[in-house]
Amino acid sequence: MRHGPGARLSAEALFAPLLLLAAMPALAHVQEGQAAGFLTGLRHPFSGLDHVLAMVAVGLWGAQLGAPAIWLLPVTFPLVMAFGGFLGLLGVPIPGVEIGIAASAILLGTMVAKEARPPLGLAAAMVAFFAVFHGHAHGTELPAGQSGITYSIGFVVATGCLHATGIGIGLIHRWGWGRIALRTAGAAVAAAGVFFLWRALA
Amino acid sequence: MKRRVLWTSAAGALLSWPGAAHAHLMTTGLGPVYDGISHLFLTFDDLLPVVAMALLAGLNGPAAGRRALFILPAAWLAGGVAGFATGVAPLPAGITSLSFLALGVLTAADRKLPPAVVTALAVALGMVHGWLNGAAIAGAGREATGLVGIAGAIFLLVALVAALVVSLRRPWTRIAVRVAGSWIAAIGLLLLGWTLRGA
Repeated sequence: MRHGPGARLSAEALFAPLLLLAAMPALAHVQEGQAAGFLTGLRHPFSGLDHVLAMVAVGLWGAQLGAPAIWLLPVTFPLVMAFGGFLGLLGVPIPGVEIGIAASAILLGTMVAKEARPPLGLAAAMVAFFAVFHGHAHGTELPAGQSGITYSIGFVVATGCLHATGIGIGLIHRWGWGRIALRTAGAAVAAAGVFFLWRALA
Repeated sequence: MKRRVLWTSAAGALLSWPGAAHAHLMTTGLGPVYDGISHLFLTFDDLLPVVAMALLAGLNGPAAGRRALFILPAAWLAGGVAGFATGVAPLPAGITSLSFLALGVLTAADRKLPPAVVTALAVALGMVHGWLNGAAIAGAGREATGLVGIAGAIFLLVALVAALVVSLRRPWTRIAVRVAGSWIAAIGLLLLGWTLRGA
């Protein structure tokens, strides 16, 4: 028996078609709305630029602040945002949601622009406060008739990915030009927040 | 200590008390054991709490991982047999989400738990979810051997996930596990909202 790469290739060539033939069709009980629920949930946090900018800004700020804020803020945001979504789902009203979302972009963008370093608890509290508005907006906009669990999974994964994007971008903070670029990005987020606020008040 | 374990078990059972949403039984065409295996991997209501339990056990070290590895499938099987025998699941609908919440928050917090607490959580999770699986299988007129497939899949999943987490050495990898816990808790909170809203 040969034990070289050729032998492995032959074995793969033999077993791959067998495995494909052995694959059984998924005759599973159809759980309606599973895929649609996941995709809708995944898409929802990307549906508004105000949400996207604020969530990315959380990651940027976390990266600026370094450990432990770099992971504490992105852990805080989805949890508290889910609480906001929970309130929205239950129909508990929160006044001025759109204003709160716009204010979150202004404040978080300003924090990044100023490279502000408040105490960790205060930073987490700020992020948590605004996360409620974002979550509530999503909670009240959830479509009916879709799988709640797959929607929730998609929603949380998308939010986490936006934070991770912010953190990834924020890693340029280690370089001098990167710090300037981050602060500029923060100012841009804050400026966009002013626009969102104007639109919310109009 | 004994009282603490009792309280933890009771709280864990209450928090893990799932609803009738577990009736998503699979039909693979390969028999009840394979139906059970596929059930676990395709039913997020059961899958995510098991993953959370494995993550939590892994964060608590090899001893906790071994406890969860053997206790969770055994409790799931025991609960499943009891549920199958009674055929009823007189439980509030959709409170599965609370097991997401409890295990997710504990994972995100990454606090060192006493071994008895890990045991209590595994027992509570296994008994409650297993009971619902067993009752659903009985209600659908399926064979109880499907529970063996579910328990086997749980054993495999906990072995892989807990061992992976135990092996993590770099600080950021441990943080990634905590982030995963926070995501599971957040999913549980949203799911609770969906359930209470009646969607």
